[in-house]
Amino acid sequence: MNSTLVRWLQAPSIIVLFLWMVVPLSMTVYFSTIRYNLLYPERSGFVGLDNYEYFWTDPSFFPALFNTLVLVGSVLAISVILGLAIAMLIDRPFKGRGLARVMLISPFFIMPTVSALVWKNMFMNPIYGLFAVISTSLGLEPIDWLSSYPLLTVIIIVSWQWTPFAVLIFMTSLQSQDQEQKEAAMLDGAGFWSQFWNLTLPHLARPISIVLLIQMIFHLSIFAEIYVTTGGGPGVQSTNLTYLIFTQALQGFDIGVASAGGVFAIILANIVAYFLVRAVGKTLMV
Amino acid sequence: MTDKQISDIKNRIAVIAAWIVACLFFFPIFWMVLTSFKTELQAISVPPKLFFKPTLENFALIQERTDYTKFAWNSIVTSVGGTGLALIIAIPAAYAMAFNSGRWTKDILMWMLSTKMLPAVGVLMPIYLLSQKFGLLDTKGVLVIIYALINLPIIMLILFNYFREIPKEILEASRMDGTSTFNEITQIVMPLAWGGIASTALLSIVLCWNEAFWSINLTASDAGTLPALVASFSSPEGLFWAKLSAVSTLACAPIVVFGWLCQKQLVQGLTFGAVK
Repeated sequence: MNSTLVRWLQAPSIIVLFLWMVVPLSMTVYFSTIRYNLLYPERSGFVGLDNYEYFWTDPSFFPALFNTLVLVGSVLAISVILGLAIAMLIDRPFKGRGLARVMLISPFFIMPTVSALVWKNMFMNPIYGLFAVISTSLGLEPIDWLSSYPLLTVIIIVSWQWTPFAVLIFMTSLQSQDQEQKEAAMLDGAGFWSQFWNLTLPHLARPISIVLLIQMIFHLSIFAEIYVTTGGGPGVQSTNLTYLIFTQALQGFDIGVASAGGVFAIILANIVAYFLVRAVGKTLMV
Repeated sequence: MTDKQISDIKNRIAVIAAWIVACLFFFPIFWMVLTSFKTELQAISVPPKLFFKPTLENFALIQERTDYTKFAWNSIVTSVGGTGLALIIAIPAAYAMAFNSGRWTKDILMWMLSTKMLPAVGVLMPIYLLSQKFGLLDTKGVLVIIYALINLPIIMLILFNYFREIPKEILEASRMDGTSTFNEITQIVMPLAWGGIASTALLSIVLCWNEAFWSINLTASDAGTLPALVASFSSPEGLFWAKLSAVSTLACAPIVVFGWLCQKQLVQGLTFGAVK
């Protein structure tokens, strides 16, 4: 194959992705420097960094940034630790293992709007929800999850969806672990923890980094789970950056400010991505 | 007790724990499906009912009021269409990269993956305005294009990993016989990497099917997909749990069953073919 042909075969994919990145991005950057509000079309013109200042000084900005980081961090921690534990629990032969596995990974296939609504209504409703019914029957005060612990609510819902993803990948990887090595370690009197630290964890290093990378990509832009449950509230207690920009843009009709927010989100994602891709990116290629 | 007995007991405890965890994770889905067969009154009864006479009226009402089949059709068209479009672009490119990797190949792939990091919300306004300008708002076309673009990087990476496993000698032999590039891709590479292409396609379909952000923001009644239909139940109809459960069950069942059937292929796809 000559090199011209190679280029031609690669060109479409590179060009479309380049356009997908550059066109909207430059438009976002452009909008972020002009006055552009759909409600006031007569106001226009270049405003420099005013939109940024407006977005930056918005009292919701820092809470939203903080919530984004808390949300991503907690879900990552929960899903990786719980995922590891569950994968190791199920990594043994027993009757009906196939069924148990299917049950465990199912939440990952449930669409975010559905899982959020099912949790919000049927489990976390303070009167009829299953949690409330259980606490009442135990003589406890039912918890109004969505208004008392909005961010925790979102974290629970997202973790329920993504822990199965981690389980699925760790489970597959554990199956390829060298059993003889494990048995040899056991005969040498290695306990559970020393086996875990010295054999299992190193074996899982690559899958763990893959799980972290993929989940990070998806969690930085969590939207649907907030949109259908708390709506970012009460106040901004469960608003992440994505949701804050969404409210600015589609509810405030202020494209200029929303675009400035978009630029912030892009910068944040790129800082995270830069370190992450540096750390684990190359492990993704065989 | 001997060591054997102790390890037997440990094993049994672990199995019981595994079942408990599996049931806990599955319970919300079970509960949702169960509720979809209840009447509204049974759905909110305290204490919750486990046994009752099942009814199908919720499903009938959903179809009647919201035209479920239209949303389902939109979901199928956009998931399969987006995935297909992405594959058409990705297969030749991944083929070229895998068999003629140059100095920059891995960097190009990493760059492609980094476009996934571009948060959708950062480019929502331009995409919204562009779609408006080209008359694409609330059409299936715009979702097909966007789904193809957002999944293209992942698809490229997975296919690259799979194609690399094909021994180069096979291709060289066929080249001696004067096979054209097109035939080489369709008759040698694709059949050999069929499992990989299937896993990739499956993963992409699942991701498209569950995608909510673009669907909610760019479509309305004409081209809305199932996640958008379900989102419209968030309020005030969300208070009708039986109907909410019915629409949720209908929206998820196809892809969950699909996921069960293709578990193995999906894992391969999910790990970019990098975990075996």
